[in-house]
Amino acid sequence: MEWKKVVEKLFPTGHEVHQEGDLLSGEGRCGKHTVAVIGTTNHTEVGVELALAMAAAVLAVIHNHPGRPIVFLVDTSGQRLRHRDEMLGLNGYMAHLAKCVEMARRRGHPIISLVYEQALSGGFLANGMMADVCAALPEAEIRVMGLAAMARVTRISEERLTQLSISSPVFAPGAKNYLLMGGLDVLWEGDLSACLKDALEHVDANDHRRVLGLERGGRLLADVVVNRVSASA
Amino acid sequence: MTHSYYESSARARIAGLLDADSFHEWLPAADRLTSPHLAALEQSAAFDDGVIVGRGSIAGKQVFFAAQEGGFMGGAVGEVHGAKIVGMLERAVRDHPAAVLLLLETGGVRLQEANAGLIAVSEVMRAILSARAAGVPVIVAIGGQYGCFGGMGIASRCASAIIISEEGRLGLSGPEVIETVRGVEEYDSRDRALVWRTVGGKHRYLLGECDTIVPDSMEAFQRAIIACINNGEDWSLEALEREHQLLGDRVQRFGSCKDGRDIWRELGWADPDAIAMMDNDEFIAAAQGRRAKDLECADSSALEKRGDKSPHSI
Repeated sequence: MEWKKVVEKLFPTGHEVHQEGDLLSGEGRCGKHTVAVIGTTNHTEVGVELALAMAAAVLAVIHNHPGRPIVFLVDTSGQRLRHRDEMLGLNGYMAHLAKCVEMARRRGHPIISLVYEQALSGGFLANGMMADVCAALPEAEIRVMGLAAMARVTRISEERLTQLSISSPVFAPGAKNYLLMGGLDVLWEGDLSACLKDALEHVDANDHRRVLGLERGGRLLADVVVNRVSASA
Repeated sequence: MTHSYYESSARARIAGLLDADSFHEWLPAADRLTSPHLAALEQSAAFDDGVIVGRGSIAGKQVFFAAQEGGFMGGAVGEVHGAKIVGMLERAVRDHPAAVLLLLETGGVRLQEANAGLIAVSEVMRAILSARAAGVPVIVAIGGQYGCFGGMGIASRCASAIIISEEGRLGLSGPEVIETVRGVEEYDSRDRALVWRTVGGKHRYLLGECDTIVPDSMEAFQRAIIACINNGEDWSLEALEREHQLLGDRVQRFGSCKDGRDIWRELGWADPDAIAMMDNDEFIAAAQGRRAKDLECADSSALEKRGDKSPHSI
């Protein structure tokens, strides 16, 4: 879905969200809340500039609007795959963004993310996956790597991977798989504004994803392992 | 006699770094906690899923640790592997050891369990930050043959401090990945000198992407770890804002550089090619005032704060 349409559905009573390059920023109104909006569009690759710009937007919200909820609109085809960005330390820029989001959370900003188009690996880790509530539109594409590329790297045939992906959510792309594994809290359908309002009322700052994965049957061991480490001598 | 960190296994590293007889492992190999996903793909599993977690002490101070074994699937993070690290970090929030030690050697997410691995890396990132927010310093050491890449390259920079050796490599996308996607003209992964100038320990040190660079010996890593433990934790908005300034300056100053050498020249190294030949002590001495960090902080009060705390003189 186009970002403008997403924003109109999220904030039917008004918003000022602007696009500058591939960066989205601004604010919208949702019931009694005014929320900050930070996002990307055009299936962009996140390089050093974009990661820094998003971090700047988060820091600005912390300074100017203490406690204001932050909504990330996620559309990225991953981290920028360039020699230059690696040389400049793209991992450090991504981590900086993640740290800014964590700082916002710890200062009382509820963090919501919505994958409205695409979310791929590195571009997703630093913002969308840092949220208290991570949501996606059902048609959103979420993945680490497509099955064809995965087949090449793992030397397991694509047919075999496709066959296995029917019974296992563990490696095949797709929002439903991430939902089963607890990587997504919820799929948003219908009235997006009501979905956002509901999410804002149920924000939990603790990381509960492994519990969701266990409850939904998609990731059975993560929670067990964490608890066993916790209970060890 | 010095022991190479690079050539050691994860178990040998932990044994070499901890005080004698202080090693205690949680979920050891005897527990047979293997990946549930590899068997379906007819891949062999490891009884520790490629990571060792537990507690011990260094210079008498209690530390919790995770050590990734590059020899098993390149240290890649799967569901169990990631959950062991998360469990250890969350336990640190509860038990408050003097520090958490992460000996990272990894290509990032394990593709055979891609979705579980990606979520696990995200959980590790959040757990690292939770430990830091609870006042527990999280110290990363990088010096194995697989380097530290993928999502764990991001996770490592969420930590309080990074110690790297000249042989260590740190980044997000590995050279092979970029070459595969963009072609050899973009990044020749077989050009080892180019890779070293892009993600190698000395470049990362000059850029300010790591705190300390050490020679490839267990003893040197251990000394650096002790210094980092003593530095404590600085999780604060002010520290984040300093970092923001630094990263902004970096893009401005070096954003049009084509090669690591161009950055080093810009930093005041008249003969960048000499850097590769310097031994660690010589390099650290020559790097005084010629790191991106030093220059950017030169006319601000941040210099005192950072200068006093920086353990790079080891």
